[in-house]
Amino acid sequence: MTALLRIDDVSVHFPIRKGLLQKQVGEVRAVEGVTLSLQRGEAFGLVGESGCGKTTLARTVLRLVDPTLGAIWFDGTNISDLRGKALAPYRKQVAAIFQDPFSSLNPRMTSGQILSEVLHVHAFDGSIPDRVSELLSLCGLAPRFADLYPHEMSGGQRQRVGIARALALDPELIVCDEAVSALDVSIQAQIINLLEELRVKFGLTYLFIGHDLSVVRHLCDRLAVMYLGRIMETGTSDEIFSSPRHPYTQALIDAVPAPDPDGEDAREHVNLAGEIPSPLDPPSGCVFHTRCPIAFSKCATDVPPLQRLGGHHAASCFAIDQNKKTTDPKIRNAKSQ
Amino acid sequence: MSDVTLDPAPPVDAPQVKRKNRFKSVFARDRKAQFGLVILAIFILGALLAPFLAPYDPNEMTLNMMSSPSGDNLLGTDDLGRDLFSRILWGTQISLFVGVATVTLALVFGVLLGVLAGYYGGWIDMVIMRYIDLQWAFPNFIIAVYLVAVFGTGLLNVIVAIALAFLDDFARIARSMVLTLKEEQYIDAARVQGFSDLRIMLRHILPNAMAPIIVQATVSVSYAILGEASLSFLGLGVRADTPTWGLILSDGRSFISRAWWLGVFPGLAIMLVVLSINFIGDALRDALDVRETDI
Repeated sequence: MTALLRIDDVSVHFPIRKGLLQKQVGEVRAVEGVTLSLQRGEAFGLVGESGCGKTTLARTVLRLVDPTLGAIWFDGTNISDLRGKALAPYRKQVAAIFQDPFSSLNPRMTSGQILSEVLHVHAFDGSIPDRVSELLSLCGLAPRFADLYPHEMSGGQRQRVGIARALALDPELIVCDEAVSALDVSIQAQIINLLEELRVKFGLTYLFIGHDLSVVRHLCDRLAVMYLGRIMETGTSDEIFSSPRHPYTQALIDAVPAPDPDGEDAREHVNLAGEIPSPLDPPSGCVFHTRCPIAFSKCATDVPPLQRLGGHHAASCFAIDQNKKTTDPKIRNAKSQ
Repeated sequence: MSDVTLDPAPPVDAPQVKRKNRFKSVFARDRKAQFGLVILAIFILGALLAPFLAPYDPNEMTLNMMSSPSGDNLLGTDDLGRDLFSRILWGTQISLFVGVATVTLALVFGVLLGVLAGYYGGWIDMVIMRYIDLQWAFPNFIIAVYLVAVFGTGLLNVIVAIALAFLDDFARIARSMVLTLKEEQYIDAARVQGFSDLRIMLRHILPNAMAPIIVQATVSVSYAILGEASLSFLGLGVRADTPTWGLILSDGRSFISRAWWLGVFPGLAIMLVVLSINFIGDALRDALDVRETDI
């Protein structure tokens, strides 16, 4: 079975220009040599702290940003250099759900207008008003919502309209860029359940961008951890959460507080020192070595390759073998409490 | 995939929303705006009905020169014995027409340039904005005077000259609005859905950018009326036999010490219309600006 979406060694660099002649004085390396593939019907998570390039990668997949290097293959077609009309078939098959339900809907259009516009532009055959009601009810909204403007709805209702818009053309792939991060926790749960329900019903494939590990774990079959534009570790949710092998993944998972306060107090924490370095001037070698608790001299000079660890699991770290026994039981303990 | 039978979860019902007409509620509250509407309505009616309302031919010279306001000549007569009331009434047509036509022209082309510059950026932005900067370096009125001096006087030339002079304001406002709105996620959403640039600009950016542009338009209408008056005052306006407010004022200035009405009444007409339009503009800004607050 071929992958639905294959991100093939993609890098995205943004030039920084200065002065009258717009001379390039540097570049932001937002995404650096990322390779991923999504199977049809799976939910793939992309996690990392803010500024790690996960949103840029999502925007590249959506062709809002052009990749500097590499290619993106969708269903056997390289879509990374298609433009204008040639991109239209791809646009029909790929949809997006955005982070902020306040800014992702045009404030001057009712939800009915927002939904019928997509259908109209792509020459939907059938009754557009019927399809609009169908989409709204799929997302748990009464047909009467079609007459409401975004500011007349709550955040959760707006996000449902955003999801209905994404479903309008029966897409194959939906890119969810922090789709639940801006919502209240109770609403988050509803939206996550809705997303899961829709995935099963329509066999959708999700590329889910998030920073909330528990959400990603719940929703995604596989995930990749990004740091400073690179993939640190990838694998199934179980592999990553039960035996994280990269020190960055371990620190990320460790940062999720345990629900039980006694367990939380008893836990030892891996604290990362400092801030994420600037993508303007990324560290040499392994980009994580400046903050890594187990870094050694080689880490500052050589870039660790992504090493297979069996199954889907892979991590890019020189110290994977040493790192296995030290952290595994502790994370397990913290989680089992 | 679409033939899956749908089994929707019990839908949440939509809240009942009472939509107030923002224009109605703002204009019902704002006394100044009401004043503006009434005054402007009177002037528009006067302009439309000038042929019926004017007691005399505005260009008919009589021997009854420089007579002060009286029952016969409501606002007095000028140095050639022409009835001032009739002249001002006829002048309203030209002045209001110049104001509205000028601003419409400036708005359409200015917004077009600004939206193109803001949306596409790069060299298109560079070329358009350097032209706008160039124009900005000169006072609007000097540009209008220059254009009329080059292309000659006459109604059309005056309108085009003032419109060109005002174009840069609209271009700048439109561009800055587009730059802000371009970052909104609904524009990303529109691009992801494969909408054309034209559709995104017309349906998604422009409607959200209109509030400050409309406010600028109302301010500009008053400046355009003043601009036409100033050009006429300098003898660069519409033809000499067409009574416009500026021309009446200009003709009367030499006699202002002996005939106060020649300065006061055309000046008052200009002031009232400009003031009314500004009041209406303020109210429009209130009605258009806050779109999120009337929940």
